[in-house]
Amino acid sequence: MKIGVLAVQGAFAEHIAILNKLGVAALPIRLPPEVVGLDGLIIPGGESTSISKLIRDYHLSDEITSLAGNGLPILGICAGMILMSRRITDSSIEPLGLMAITVRRNAFGRQQESFETELSLPVLGNQPFPGVFIRAPIIEQAESTVDILARLNNTIIAARQGNLVALAFHPELTNDLRFHQYFLSIVAESDRFNLRGSAVAKGN
Amino acid sequence: MKNGTLKVKIGLAQMLKGGVIMDVVNSEQAKIAEDAGACAVMALERVPADIRAMGGVARMADPTIIEAIMKAVSIPVMAKCRIGHFVEAQALEALGVDYIDESEVLTPADEAHHIWKHDFKVPFVCGCRNLGEALRRLGEGAAMIRTKGEAGTGNIVEAVRHMRAVSDGIHRAITTPQEELMALAKEMGAPFSLVSEVHNIGKLPVVNFAAGGVATPADAALMMQLGADGIFVGSGIFKSTNPEARAKAIVKATTHYQDPAIIAEVSKNLGEAMPGLDIKQIPTEELLASRGW
Repeated sequence: MKIGVLAVQGAFAEHIAILNKLGVAALPIRLPPEVVGLDGLIIPGGESTSISKLIRDYHLSDEITSLAGNGLPILGICAGMILMSRRITDSSIEPLGLMAITVRRNAFGRQQESFETELSLPVLGNQPFPGVFIRAPIIEQAESTVDILARLNNTIIAARQGNLVALAFHPELTNDLRFHQYFLSIVAESDRFNLRGSAVAKGN
Repeated sequence: MKNGTLKVKIGLAQMLKGGVIMDVVNSEQAKIAEDAGACAVMALERVPADIRAMGGVARMADPTIIEAIMKAVSIPVMAKCRIGHFVEAQALEALGVDYIDESEVLTPADEAHHIWKHDFKVPFVCGCRNLGEALRRLGEGAAMIRTKGEAGTGNIVEAVRHMRAVSDGIHRAITTPQEELMALAKEMGAPFSLVSEVHNIGKLPVVNFAAGGVATPADAALMMQLGADGIFVGSGIFKSTNPEARAKAIVKATTHYQDPAIIAEVSKNLGEAMPGLDIKQIPTEELLASRGW
């Protein structure tokens, strides 16, 4: 299994470290040729305006959109969630439109309103998950094709649509590996991964 | 919910990694920086080159400027206070800035003590010339470090010196045996617990950006290859002849710092860089990096 981590700006090294800890090959992705052969992609937290510009410079954005259309599992964290959305309330950046969600940037306020709290995430079991929110966005609206994975005071902060997963908080800043394991299980169950696996087995 | 924890303070700096933080003096410049892909802006009244040229006492910017910049852009806004001037820091915290730079670029308010930064909810970034200085600032509560370089010169030589010194310090902390760490902490003038932490984790426990002298895309990529997590550009952008193009080029060079073809391409046709200063021509008492300890 090979997971790409978008590495144009932001906290990509943290994800690569966690994936390596879980025994998975992780590659930093900065240019389109680097996406060849990926089984999954993480779009990390960072500054969404910077990342949005840097992925358009060399048409990496088009590659990501077409991979998502072909069923590549993608995990978007914070800025990554913003980029994966269909609409952003302040229209400050043009999102990739991968998930049927509307996102509000900096929804809790500026840095002094950044916070830590415990979250209930049923897909990870009963044990609470450490939520680290940094100038975090929220999902203001989600269409019926989207499964809600977690809420905080009725606000949607984690969602899944098929093989696409979006989070408002940062599991890579904690020692809890469960969310990355959950994403890797989505990759392992994806048609794309299994078809590729059987193609390799047949020697194609 | 817990606000202002060390984790969320350090965490914001982690989100800025691989990016460029640009000095801006008004909302128009802030917009140019944001449109170029800056990951944050530093709001101040004058860029370091002008502070150096004008002399006199340099202080925290007028809050009107800072608020206008905060309104103009959606990216994080940082602002500078004088070393040791905890009331300027309190005022900046009240304005709601995202990060405070306790900066040697402004005239120090206290020559003996830096701000006790643990008391604040807003995170701080501080300058350093070596590992000991970095760890002293972390001991006081800084959540991010930048090498000082020599601001307002457009000359990268001091930034390189300071980044290499930090890397050397980290290498020493890693390779020094456990029983010799106390002597190393004494020599560096750094808290023992933090020297031990560097020894154990093999790196700084916070993000470290390069600052002070970055004027070209190649300067930015040089600092990234030397191990910086990201780049501060002060006078380098808005003291050049084509700030928009130069800002974009420095952002691209910071992302693609390992790709010489891209660095060569983005370095084309940027117009004149800011005029540079030879460090040896600057009288010792006018060197900004020697402010603070």
